[in-house]
Amino acid sequence: MEVWQYINGHWITIGNWTLDHLWLIFVSNSLAVFIGVSLGIFIAGKGREEIADTVLYLAGIMMTIPSLALFGLLMPLLSALDLPSIGFLPAVIALILYGQLPILRNTYTAIREVDPAMIEAGRGMGMTPRQILLKIKLPLAVPVIMAGLRNAVVINIGIATIAVFIGARGLGVPIFRGLRTSRMDMIITGAIFVSILALLADGLLALAEKKFTPEGLKK
Amino acid sequence: MIKLENVTKVYPDGTEAVNDVSFEVKDGKLCVLLGPSGCGKTTTMKMINRLIPISSGHIYIDGTDNREMDENELRREMGYAIQEIGLFPHMTVGENISTVPKLKNWSSQESEKRSRELLNLMGMDPDEFIDKYPTELSGGQRQRVGVARSLGADPPIMLMDEPFGAIDPITRDRLQDEFLKIQNEIQKTIVFVTHDINEAIKMGDRVALLKDGELIQYSPPAELLAAPKNRFVRDFVGSDRTLKSLRLMKVEKAMKESPRVVREDDDLDEVENIMKKNDTNYLIVVRNGNELKGWINREDIEDASPGTVSDAMVEDTGAAETGTTLAEALTVMLERDVANLPVVDAEMKLQGLLTFHDLQNLIGETYTESGGKHPEV
Ligand SMILES: Nc1ncnc2c1ncn2[C@@H]1O[C@H](COP(=O)(O)OP(=O)(O)OP(=O)(O)O)[C@@H](O)[C@H]1O
Ligand SMILES: [Mg+2]
Repeated sequence: MEVWQYINGHWITIGNWTLDHLWLIFVSNSLAVFIGVSLGIFIAGKGREEIADTVLYLAGIMMTIPSLALFGLLMPLLSALDLPSIGFLPAVIALILYGQLPILRNTYTAIREVDPAMIEAGRGMGMTPRQILLKIKLPLAVPVIMAGLRNAVVINIGIATIAVFIGARGLGVPIFRGLRTSRMDMIITGAIFVSILALLADGLLALAEKKFTPEGLKK
Repeated sequence: MIKLENVTKVYPDGTEAVNDVSFEVKDGKLCVLLGPSGCGKTTTMKMINRLIPISSGHIYIDGTDNREMDENELRREMGYAIQEIGLFPHMTVGENISTVPKLKNWSSQESEKRSRELLNLMGMDPDEFIDKYPTELSGGQRQRVGVARSLGADPPIMLMDEPFGAIDPITRDRLQDEFLKIQNEIQKTIVFVTHDINEAIKMGDRVALLKDGELIQYSPPAELLAAPKNRFVRDFVGSDRTLKSLRLMKVEKAMKESPRVVREDDDLDEVENIMKKNDTNYLIVVRNGNELKGWINREDIEDASPGTVSDAMVEDTGAAETGTTLAEALTVMLERDVANLPVVDAEMKLQGLLTFHDLQNLIGETYTESGGKHPEV
């Protein structure tokens, strides 16, 4: 009941935290998709198997670093580069890193697993490597890449709450304030909104995944 | 024309897949690459459109070394149907067939018109199929779309790797018949890979039999059956070669092309001279260019001479149509008790002459296994 009262009394504040949270997710995952898909395409190229192994291994390791530790590591690194070491920037960087693995791995796997017969057919009909990438490999990989993005977004919505530690804004704010001041209602409010956000994002991206799946691949 | 000259392929791992192979495929002819699995058929074919780089030797397309051409341009001028079909699942049948036309910047109306044309040609209703996806097709339909796609931009040359491999024997037989009919009209220069001797005999104008990367025999199917060069060929074509040849071979593969003909107003003395010179007692009579009218016998000439052909000829348009098998032609010969059977197309235009003697040779040779004389094809 306290929770409901808290929410009722702080609609605007909670709304702002939610928007901040969403903005953080939006910026970091847009960049993560761009980087992950480009890198995924690159390492899926012929003769780059070793690079691919290394990159995927590193991305895997990244996932195992506790988020707090990663934030802690980023701070000195950024200040050494004369960049803001707290706030939005380190949060975005951390979330990009966390979002990499699912996007990168899915892009890589999807492109590698396109039936070689199709690529052979494309080549045999005089398609250039670029046309094969754009007209065959990518359209076939889109649903799998979308699944990776969905995975990354859901993970990052959770992790973004912790970014409050390094001064980023979002739904982590009520949670950590609540922890400091033993305000259960604030903690639960933050948790509820993070969960709703995650569920909504998951649902919406599932729809998008379906929409982006080429007609002929739907069963 | 496609010409292979001392073509050799050694893969980076040292496998000698093709060894010093030379042959040529004349314009409008269908050449079958035949042989057991791993003998180098696919490798040979893929060197023609440069999907596999050649190790040594040359491949000429209409006289130009294919390595001097832009590889993508080269491939767009050669239809390519791969063994595994490889339709693009995210594209409709129409889009699949339009792949090369689009690469060549045809307008979408032109591409669609062509797709419809090709579906019709393959015996598939365009309205029903053009917007379907590959997953919605049966195996046989997919294979047909694969062939249609390779014909997309109407290339003069076609490379087909076991294009009918993935379907049941009955459908395959029908597709082969349909394809032969189409080829009769469109006259592409085709390299056709198969490991099926029956398909090779049926489809090929010439058959290149490969073994361990070497070209063992390159001849018309009739000759392959009648005069196998060595034990390997004999074993490969099998012991029922006679039946095969009769059942599978179309008359145009065993007939004499452009036989000597006479016209109704030719002088009989002249005709008799022609007969003497050609050591024959039988000549076909045509009118209006090449339309079959009948035939004339030497005995009848002697009775009617002097005069013209029309005084002595027998009006008879009994013939075998192109596309019928030797077995059917033989039946007609036996029923009508004739030793010579003209071969005509659907418009009764003379295409060639099939003689009982040729058939006898074809059958006889297979039994005596002595090699030697065989019908000219
Ligand atoms: N990329 C490659 N590297 C090394 N060896 C290869 C390669 N591709 C094919 N070969 C070998 O070359 C030989 C000829 O292969 P090819 O694919 O041309 O045979 P094929 O006659 O088409 O056989 P099939 O009827 O089974 O399709 C085989 O011994 C095969 O193992
Ligand atoms: Mg093969």
